[in-house]
Amino acid sequence: MAQKQFYRRRKVCKFCVENIDSINYKDTKLLSQFVPERAKILPRRISGVCSPHQRQLNDAIQKARSIALLPYTTD
Amino acid sequence: MRKYEIMFIVDPNLPEDEIDQLNTQVAGMVTDGGGSVVETEKMGRRRLAYEVKRQTDGFYVLLTVEANGEIVSEVERRFRVMDTVLRYITVRVDETEKKLEKVRAIRQSKTDRRNAKQPASPEQPAAN
Repeated sequence: MAQKQFYRRRKVCKFCVENIDSINYKDTKLLSQFVPERAKILPRRISGVCSPHQRQLNDAIQKARSIALLPYTTD
Repeated sequence: MRKYEIMFIVDPNLPEDEIDQLNTQVAGMVTDGGGSVVETEKMGRRRLAYEVKRQTDGFYVLLTVEANGEIVSEVERRFRVMDTVLRYITVRVDETEKKLEKVRAIRQSKTDRRNAKQPASPEQPAAN
């Protein structure tokens, strides 16, 4: 059964693990961890964030974008 | 009355005292409508993530306010007219604060119960 030996680290939701209750749009330091170079929102399948927190994260990032705290895009 | 956060970006070329003047003007709008200002925080000049009205920098001001929807829409209408205000955002915070309190209370009760069950075990190092 175990043909492939490589071990993938299990992804966990950062917000659940570190007990971060509020994802605030003003906290650009936190949010920028989830917007890579192209300023797109990092998908859940890569970051491992659980769905309730991903939803809050999306809201926060979009609010931050609208007042120029985070970019919509970079070129 | 609901609690709102009004964040707006002022033209950074404006002198400091004029920014203060603008803040009191906005605060006046809120109090005139029957609301109250909880806190005014000048977050200072910072770089914008993208250009707004040909500006690369902006002076951020955060206003926490107890008001109703009419006051907020009036403030926003005035912001739209003002040339010195580059951007604004209004976020309702009372409900999210309430939710947050609930989550915290649940977590607190959980840890309390755990501690009550095993009083002999040493205190877990705080994760926070």
